[in-house]
Amino acid sequence: MVNIGCVIKTPGNTKNNKTGSWRTFKPILDKESCIDCDNCILFCPDSCINKQHDIDYDYCKGCGICAYECPSDSIEMIQEESD
Amino acid sequence: MVKEVMTSNKAVAEAVRLAKPQVIPVYPITPQTTISEYLAQYVADEKIDAKYVKVESEHSAISAAVGASGAGVRVFTATSSQGLMLMHEILYAAAGMRTPFVLADANRAISAPLNIWNDQQDSIAQKDAGWLQIYVEDAQEALDTTLMAYKVSENPDILLPSMVCLDGFILTHTVEPVEIPDQEIVDEFLPPYVPEHAYLDPKDPMSIGNFADPEYYMEARHDMDVAMNNALDVIQKTCDEFAEKFGRKYGLVEGYKTDDAEIIYVAMGSLCSSIRVIVDELRAKGEKVGLLKIRSYRPFPVDAINEIVKDCSKIAVVDKNFAIGMGGALYGDMKLKIDKEIYGFITGLGGRDITPEALNEIYEITKNGPENDVTWIGLKEE
Amino acid sequence: MVDIPDKNLLAPGHRGCAGCGASIAVKLALNALGENTVAVSATGCLEVMTTPYPETAWEIPFIHVAFENSGAVASGVESALRIQGKDDVNVVAFGGDGGTVDIGLQSLSGAMERGHNMTYICYDNEAYMNTGIQRSGATPFGASTTTSPSGVASFGEDKPKKNMPMIMAAHGIPYVATASIAYPEDYVNKVKKAAETKGPAYIHLHQPCTTGWGFPSERTIEMGRLAVETGSWILYEIVDGKFEITYRPEERKPVKEYLAPQKRFRHLDDELIEKIQKYVDAECKELGL
Repeated sequence: MVNIGCVIKTPGNTKNNKTGSWRTFKPILDKESCIDCDNCILFCPDSCINKQHDIDYDYCKGCGICAYECPSDSIEMIQEESD
Repeated sequence: MVKEVMTSNKAVAEAVRLAKPQVIPVYPITPQTTISEYLAQYVADEKIDAKYVKVESEHSAISAAVGASGAGVRVFTATSSQGLMLMHEILYAAAGMRTPFVLADANRAISAPLNIWNDQQDSIAQKDAGWLQIYVEDAQEALDTTLMAYKVSENPDILLPSMVCLDGFILTHTVEPVEIPDQEIVDEFLPPYVPEHAYLDPKDPMSIGNFADPEYYMEARHDMDVAMNNALDVIQKTCDEFAEKFGRKYGLVEGYKTDDAEIIYVAMGSLCSSIRVIVDELRAKGEKVGLLKIRSYRPFPVDAINEIVKDCSKIAVVDKNFAIGMGGALYGDMKLKIDKEIYGFITGLGGRDITPEALNEIYEITKNGPENDVTWIGLKEE
Repeated sequence: MVDIPDKNLLAPGHRGCAGCGASIAVKLALNALGENTVAVSATGCLEVMTTPYPETAWEIPFIHVAFENSGAVASGVESALRIQGKDDVNVVAFGGDGGTVDIGLQSLSGAMERGHNMTYICYDNEAYMNTGIQRSGATPFGASTTTSPSGVASFGEDKPKKNMPMIMAAHGIPYVATASIAYPEDYVNKVKKAAETKGPAYIHLHQPCTTGWGFPSERTIEMGRLAVETGSWILYEIVDGKFEITYRPEERKPVKEYLAPQKRFRHLDDELIEKIQKYVDAECKELGL
């Protein structure tokens, strides 16, 4: 069964899809050296860095934009290890 | 209730005024044009409280219609011929998105060669789009059917758009007396559209017109088939309710002198009026002949047709359309669904007159046994 | 500064590529517009990656119908909202460059000319990315795409980019702007101005695409920045007919710095790069950059 016309009545429920599994490099943010410029938040394509600069690894695809755009070099990309 | 002399286009415009759509995106095309003009004037005169969207093409007319219906309001549009062809892609989207608005199609031939006159090729070419298609015989039926179409389409068991098909020029540009129902009774019959399945409201966000992969697509299309079949019952019930309120009776089909008929003509639209005359003339000569008028072409009313043709021996299907190499569409559907001796006749393409002689010829050929399954009637001899 | 909302209106979990510029474009726009917004999208990357049934990334009402008609669909949506008295609801339509400058141009032109109170944002990644990097009317001179490939007898796309924002400006609409995802403050201000505009507003947003342009995913923003710093993309707005540059690079960098990191331009020799430089110089001169 599908909804009539395949209408989706659960806004934002792509959150069910944990895209963190796509990641091969993982951003690690150092809050000590962070200067609160918000670049990482603004530029994250997956809306997975919050106001407190916590990274939601459930969704982070590891693109590395946050690290590349960080003016204080507070984000490091480290290779994911297989479980 | 008042009675006025008017064209079928005016009758459709009157029905639209009474149905109170809130958005009317429409683009002019012969012979639909006067519908777009009447509605523009009604909006200009505040006879309808609607946004009249002066779109730059039929493609945008249907696209804006889907957008507005998706947003949750009642919508009307109208077109003809090339305009309907330009809408083709979005007709399918409108049905698949389950946007239950109404479109009036002034039936006209398709290019090439360019031709502005009547046949039914345009709407027939859209028969599989997922729209209900009702063909009307006169101006009164055009008005009444437009009102009923909203009620059927908006039924929660249907939620498919409706196409009201009226023959170009023959109906759109000739005048007849038409009863215009009172607004109050129409309001009782057709309350405001309040969708539950889809709308665009920031207080209750939903996404519509989505992407569906092989896991979901078939179910979505199957649901449309179920809805189309549901429409058989809903159309009949709506006709019954309409008859109760307004005194005029309609159905999925209509039989004329078919009870003891051995040969039955089958046709759609204004042609039925001509065939009635021929049936009467043939009856006067002792021929057992009748007419089956198909009002609802989609859904295709197999049971209702069988009920009428069950005792006849031969059927002559008169099509004003042609699937190249295959015969008429109505003929094809009848052959597929009705287990009878059925012959097809192609007539009236591009406005070619369908004369009494032509209709008599169809009867004679059917009675004597045609050489071919499909015969062209009215072709000029070399 | 750009305000950071508590809740993003484009949810994570969507199927955009790692480093997707379109996602950044839409996220920033929606967060600027707020929850009282209805979004329309043309078929393309955005629609496909955000609404795989039964999931949607949209936290606000969303509608998609087809590829070439988002201008007309938005016209219908806007008309339906206004007739219901919902005058305060923002209507925003998104189309890629193909859905805007090519197949959707007529529909958009009609919508703009009719004066609907809506904002149209073209997220321009300079080719048909959803179908695998085919050229569009917005593909720049010299770019190699799958339908304008470089080869023995070809240097890639042989015509300059269609000047879509000026086509929109010629409609006489009250607000036209160019923007870049690499300049979020400039972009977000323009989205807000567009929404506040009574009548149609058009924003042409330059949006680098990691997959289609061929650069590493972490450099999406840098590519946007280099386009602007080299003058290859100029940030301006036209308010009620008045043209104004909104960002001027301190010193324009050579276009080679923008072209070199991208696979789509890698085949270009010095002569062609010089040709592109001259084209950019002329454009900058014309617009007063």
